[in-house]
Amino acid sequence: MKTKYLIPIDDFCANHNIDVSFISSLEQTGLIEITTIEESGFIEADQLLQLEKYVRFYYEMDINLEGIETVSYLLQKIKMLQIELGMLSNRLRLYESE
Amino acid sequence: MAFIDYYKILGIDKAATPKMVKDAYRKLARKFHPDLNPNNADAKANFQQINEANEVLSDPEKRKKYDQYGTDWQYAEEFEKQKQQQSQSSRSRGGGGFSGGQSAGDFSDFFESMFGGGGGGRSRQAKYRGEDYTTEIHLELLEAYKTHKQTLSVNGNNIRITIPAGVENGQIIKIAGHGGQGSNGGPNGDLYITFSVANHSTFKRLGSNLFTTVDLDIYTAVLGGEITVDTVEGKVKLKVKPETQNGTKVNLKGKGFPVYKNDGQFGDLQITYSVKVPTNLTEKQKTLFEEIRNSL
Repeated sequence: MKTKYLIPIDDFCANHNIDVSFISSLEQTGLIEITTIEESGFIEADQLLQLEKYVRFYYEMDINLEGIETVSYLLQKIKMLQIELGMLSNRLRLYESE
Repeated sequence: MAFIDYYKILGIDKAATPKMVKDAYRKLARKFHPDLNPNNADAKANFQQINEANEVLSDPEKRKKYDQYGTDWQYAEEFEKQKQQQSQSSRSRGGGGFSGGQSAGDFSDFFESMFGGGGGGRSRQAKYRGEDYTTEIHLELLEAYKTHKQTLSVNGNNIRITIPAGVENGQIIKIAGHGGQGSNGGPNGDLYITFSVANHSTFKRLGSNLFTTVDLDIYTAVLGGEITVDTVEGKVKLKVKPETQNGTKVNLKGKGFPVYKNDGQFGDLQITYSVKVPTNLTEKQKTLFEEIRNSL
């Protein structure tokens, strides 16, 4: 079974000097998942990069939650298109002469 | 090393208030921030410039120094030394620069020369993850066929990596922790390697399948026979059925490319026959072909 590494939300917020309510809002919009153990909130370590990105969006770029949702959706879409583009480029190479 | 006009970079004039600096910076950062422009080197370069401009113009002390010396920045250090001898001044922390992928090493020589080591103006004393590095490795098709090791030099450090057989053109792999150093005890960034696998003169590749074209003389195509074809692992003999048409495809199972991270699994090699018509026929040969035509 894969070990899950959990980061206490309180620690994350203290480290980044941000409000816990922001993390709760992200959870409510479905952007992150919070694990609750004995009334304490945790996030899984593999969500950390994404969460730090949301913190930058919100606190440093003044992007509100609705904006973060939209940006995340579009970034996901860009990622998928980049993968598709890579696959199509490789397929095109089949028909290209040297 | 040229003078950098930070006001021009942020699109503001010298009389801009701190709020105007902040607004201009945020507007540009929303356009060029690496988080919003993944894998975009131009955006990253632009972001580094505006981040640097903000680092200076949002910090009252740095801005004062920048405004004071302007294009005479080369003499700033000299002036500063003299000033420091006269009075000891305390440095205030300001700024509030973005953290997205920015590290001390990302500041220009101009900045380093005028203000010393980059950064330092973060308003939040958080742990910052180091910058992610990206690099590209070019491989010949046959190099990507076998698992092998390569040594990379990234920011002066040599990293020995194993490249698994079957790596794809355009594939990106992450080497965790080999990016820039984190600050305030934050973790190191990651190293992202993009593979560029060159085309091969004989074999074309799509995923784990290989494709090649084999010339077939008209006699073997009509009457059938045995030919020898090249595969990556060497030559193999193939039986050609009589009356094989031009463009006929034959699939050699397991003679293609290794499947990435699936030891012992290989794709197929698809051979397309290209039937060649003889040229420079003698009169006798032409007569024989005519006989065949008339007999059909």
